Amino acid sequence: MLQRFGIRIAFMTRSLKDSVLQKDSTRRYLVTQLETTASRLSSEPSVSNMEELKKATREGRVDLEYRPLYLDAQATTPLDPRVLDALMPYLISLYGNPHSRTHAYGWESEAATETARKQVANIIGADPKEIVFTSGATESNNIAVKGVARFYREKKRHLITTQTEHKCVLDSCRALENEGFDITYLPIQKSGLINLKDLEAAIRPDTVLVSIMTVNNEIGIKQPISEIGRICRAKKVFFHTDAAQAVGKIPLDVNEMNIDLMSISGHKIYGPKGIGALYIRRRPRVRVEPLQSGGGQERGMRSGTVPTPLVVGLGAACHVAHKEMSYDHARLEHISRRLVDKIMAELPDVIRNGDPEHSYPGCVNLSFAYVEGESLLMALKDVALSSGSACTSASLEPSYVLRAIGADEDLAHSSIRFGFGRYTTEEEVDYTAEKCIQHVKRLREMSPLWEMIQEGIDIKSIQWTQH
Amino acid sequence: MAATRGEVLRLYKKMLRESISFSNYSYRTYALRRIKDAFRENKGESDPGKIKDLIMYGVHNLEIIKRQVVISQLYKTPELIVEACKKQSNDQKT
Repeated sequence: MLQRFGIRIAFMTRSLKDSVLQKDSTRRYLVTQLETTASRLSSEPSVSNMEELKKATREGRVDLEYRPLYLDAQATTPLDPRVLDALMPYLISLYGNPHSRTHAYGWESEAATETARKQVANIIGADPKEIVFTSGATESNNIAVKGVARFYREKKRHLITTQTEHKCVLDSCRALENEGFDITYLPIQKSGLINLKDLEAAIRPDTVLVSIMTVNNEIGIKQPISEIGRICRAKKVFFHTDAAQAVGKIPLDVNEMNIDLMSISGHKIYGPKGIGALYIRRRPRVRVEPLQSGGGQERGMRSGTVPTPLVVGLGAACHVAHKEMSYDHARLEHISRRLVDKIMAELPDVIRNGDPEHSYPGCVNLSFAYVEGESLLMALKDVALSSGSACTSASLEPSYVLRAIGADEDLAHSSIRFGFGRYTTEEEVDYTAEKCIQHVKRLREMSPLWEMIQEGIDIKSIQWTQH
Repeated sequence: MAATRGEVLRLYKKMLRESISFSNYSYRTYALRRIKDAFRENKGESDPGKIKDLIMYGVHNLEIIKRQVVISQLYKTPELIVEACKKQSNDQKT
C-alpha cells in the first residue's frame, strides 16, 4: 500500500514538474518535498505492504503474538455465547431434517425452527408466518427486489432505490435494468438522508417497489423509515427495506412503519453466518417470484432444506438482541462519544461523515484530512478496522457512499469506519484513539499536502496537470 | 417464598466467579460487566414474583456461562493487544 502511495506521490511529482504553477521557486520547493517523501516511502520495509503481510499471515510465517482489537462490527460480529449455547445441540445430537414428517427427529427440528421463526417475528412485530429463512441478507434482498419486480412485471415496470444502497440491492437493480425495468436511483443529501419530496416525486403509476436501507453500513445513517413507509402506503407501492444493520439495534415495527418486505441478517446481530430472513407481508399480500426452484420449502419462496442449527442461532440472536436492545444502545452511545471526543480533542481537520443526529452510534465514519485512509489502516495494524464496506475493501476506489453524500474525493480517500459492538470495551476505545492520534500526526508530518496547508497554500487552487 | 438476600448474593458471586474463566477477552469483560449491571439495575426490586423470575433467569444464564467457559477454554486464541499492554503496565508498577 505504502508503495502504491509512493507511486502516487511520484506521479504527483511528475505532474507537478510540468504543472502550471506560476512561481518557479515554489515549484522547485514542492518538487523536492514530494521527491523526498516518495523516496522515504519506497524505502519502507516490505512487510508493511498489506498484500505481503496478508500472504505472510496466511502462510503462517508471521507469528501473531497478539490478536488485533476488533472494531469492524458492520462487517460481521462475533457469535454471542448465548447463541452458540442454543444452537450447539442441533449440531451435535438433534440433526433431523425439519421437513421430515414421519419421525421424531423431524418433529423436534421442526419445532425448533418454528420457535426461532417466532423469535425473529417478535423483534420486528411481525407474524411468524410472514418470515422466510434465507442464506443471508444478500439473498433476502435479491428475492425482495427481483422477486417482486418479476411477479408484477405485466403491469409495473419501475423501481426506486437510493445511491447509497448495499451492492446487492444495486446489483439486483442492474440485473432488472437488463430485463427492461426502469430504475430511479435517488440522490442523498449532505446529511446522508434522502429527501422525502424527491421520493414522492419519483413515484410513478407503474412503480412497483421502493427499496431503501434502514441503517447504512458505511456511515450508519438511519433513514426516516416511518415517513417513507407512509408515503409508499399512500401511493400503493410496496416498500422494501434492507435492515441488516438495524434489526436488533434500533426498535423496528413492520406494522407501525408500513414496511412490506424486510431483509434480516444473522451475523450482524451476533448470530451465525450463512443465515438470514426475509419478512414478506401477508395482509395486504405481497407476492414474489422465487429465485430458486426445488422442494417448495418456506412456502415455495425459498426452496432448500432449512438449516436447523443456523435458524435456531438466528432465533436466539434475535431473542437476545430484543432483550438487550436498550442496554446495548446506551452503551454504544457512550463508547462512540468517547472515541469521537478523544480524537477530535487532539486532532484538527477530522470530519465526521453522516449526520450524528440521525445515525446509529455503533458506526462512526471519520475522515482524517491529508492522510490516506489506507495508509492509516496499515499503520493501525493492531486494530481491525476498515475504510468502508468489507465487500469493496479490496479495491482502492473511494467509497461510493461517501461520494454520494458529496464528500470530496480526497476526503473520501481518507475515511475510516469504526464499528463498535456489544463487546467493545473502554480500554479498546482508548487504545484505538491513542494509536489513531499518534499515527495521523506522524503521517501528516510526512505528507507534502499537510506541509503546504501549514504554509497557507490553498491546495484546491493548485492546478495539477491532466489525469 | 421470597428469595433471601444471601441467596441473591451467592448467585451473583457464583456468576462472576465463573465468568472470570472465559479465555476470550471480549466475552469475559462483557459477562462481568453485564452481570454487575443487571444485578445493580434490579437492586431495588421488591415484587417477590419478579425476584423469583430474575433469579431463574440468572440461574439459567449461569448454566450457559459454565458450558461456554469450557468451550472457550478448548479453543483459545492469543490474547488481545490491550491485555498485553495492561499486563506490561502492571509489571512496571510492581
